[in-house]
Amino acid sequence: MDFISILSIFVMACFVGYYVVWSVTPALHTPLMAVTNAISSVIIVGALVASAATGSIGSSWLGLGAVVLASVNIFGGFAVTARMLAMYKKKDKPAVKAAVEGAK
Amino acid sequence: MEHATAPAAWIMLAYLIAGVCFILALRGLSSPATSQKGNRYGMAGMAIAVGTTMLIEAPVPPGAFLPQPTPADLATLIRILIAIAIGGGIGFVIARRIKMTDMPQLVAAFHSLVGLAAVMVGWAAYLNPIAFGIAGADGIIEAQSRIEMGLGIAIGAITFSGSVIAFLKLAGKMSGSPIMLPGRHVINLGTLAAIIGLVGWFTQDQSVWVIGVVTALSFAIGFLLIIPIGGADMPVVVSMLNSYSGWAAAAMGFTLHNTAMIITGALVGSSGAILSYIMCKAMNRSFISVIAGGFGAAPEAGGGEAKAQRPWKRGSAEDAAFLLGEAEQVIIVPGYGMAVAQAQHVLREMGDQLRAKGVRVKYAIHPVAGRMPGHMNVLLAEANVPYDEVFELEDINGEFAQTDVAFIIGANDVVNPAAKTDKSSPIYGMPVFDVEKAKTVMFIKRSMGGVGYAGVDNDVFYMDQTMMLLADAKKMVEDIVKALQH
Repeated sequence: MDFISILSIFVMACFVGYYVVWSVTPALHTPLMAVTNAISSVIIVGALVASAATGSIGSSWLGLGAVVLASVNIFGGFAVTARMLAMYKKKDKPAVKAAVEGAK
Repeated sequence: MEHATAPAAWIMLAYLIAGVCFILALRGLSSPATSQKGNRYGMAGMAIAVGTTMLIEAPVPPGAFLPQPTPADLATLIRILIAIAIGGGIGFVIARRIKMTDMPQLVAAFHSLVGLAAVMVGWAAYLNPIAFGIAGADGIIEAQSRIEMGLGIAIGAITFSGSVIAFLKLAGKMSGSPIMLPGRHVINLGTLAAIIGLVGWFTQDQSVWVIGVVTALSFAIGFLLIIPIGGADMPVVVSMLNSYSGWAAAAMGFTLHNTAMIITGALVGSSGAILSYIMCKAMNRSFISVIAGGFGAAPEAGGGEAKAQRPWKRGSAEDAAFLLGEAEQVIIVPGYGMAVAQAQHVLREMGDQLRAKGVRVKYAIHPVAGRMPGHMNVLLAEANVPYDEVFELEDINGEFAQTDVAFIIGANDVVNPAAKTDKSSPIYGMPVFDVEKAKTVMFIKRSMGGVGYAGVDNDVFYMDQTMMLLADAKKMVEDIVKALQH
């Protein structure tokens, strides 16, 4: 891919990001930060390339180190987001529904 | 493991799909009802991105369909899987154990990891450019890739050291008060200029010292930028670092020509930037003044001698319970002090009892009520407060005039009318709740001495309709709950 096509994707994605993020409800801004954290660890892709490549021992070890760090973030980020989102509940008909939820 | 010169179409498509999944993950957060589905899209996107990378790195001999790994390749694969298992295990355990009050420092810590990972990937690409397809067989890295790599490493390093300081401040392991170095603006601007200059020089000279100095200076500037920023401004800082971690990922995406990374980087970068903007606006502070730092240093002298002893009324838990029970509508305004006192669960119990008595209970959340954007909403959700009882500032502020009791717990600056009237006040211009319009104001506070983050007195304490409930927030609400049961 040439630089201009990559740049186009980048600029378009910035606009998409702008509109999508404004539509996020303020009540979910903390989960938003946690999940953006998790997805920015897509940098693991670069780390995998480095750790799989031959030719430079230093490069592979740096890559493996980055795989560990990014994995902490991916698993931690998605798990903590899921944990938070599961807490957001609507007003429910008291006892009955709560018991059903509890039994699940 | 040979790198194909031009990636196959399916690879590009897979990364594109991963990018779209990430967009859908954020889109889902537009409402709590769709958010969990969104999070699953995010996980799917990550699985696609990682899976695709693993597949293309596996060697497929010409003519064969499936990869035929050699023992050396298998060893590599096992090393990678172990690395993922170690990191994933650590991350998972932390995510399970973390207390919701500690979310801000967790997010800061996670940001630092993204930053450091970006630095490491950048260095790995520098050391082995051929594997990344950014250099010819002679090992000379393309000039454009050098800029992208240099920027990625610089932004990553700033994110790392800045987030470490933000983490230490938020976790209380370092004083939250600003640390001011003399001439820091000159030092900071000089360092930034040096980094940019060196990245430019890097296009001419691929030597290791250039990129080494860029890395070192970037670590230093991240540290220098965050230490003068006070605890009150940490929500902005955390959002800003969130943004940086995105830009670092995007820069690496440019280096690797990877669509998933570029889309994600742009999403995360804009997300953090918007959150910083929202936080700045909620505090009526300009982004530049936050970055310049120093807010909340020493409270200004003066004013002290003019402060006459003004009369105020103290109420008991029984008085409060009586008035609350008689009310038609109660708006609870929680602040970070409530979370510090761990009063959210008993507060929800109070809300339940009032509702059982036929009182309408609503919660009013200021954007800077917690230590990070949306923090207070998470804390209330954890205490099982339904999200449709929780309102944002602009949605509920008109209702105070028709409200019998405004119940302020652990908040102060966000209900201070000085923000509307007193031009000399440090919080002037900050949007605040119009609690003074409520028929009765109940203000839970530990003592009359302490003042909010901004260090300003609050006229609400001294109003006729204000009842000061001086006690530990949790203890006071527990007593009110007890009194309500009679």
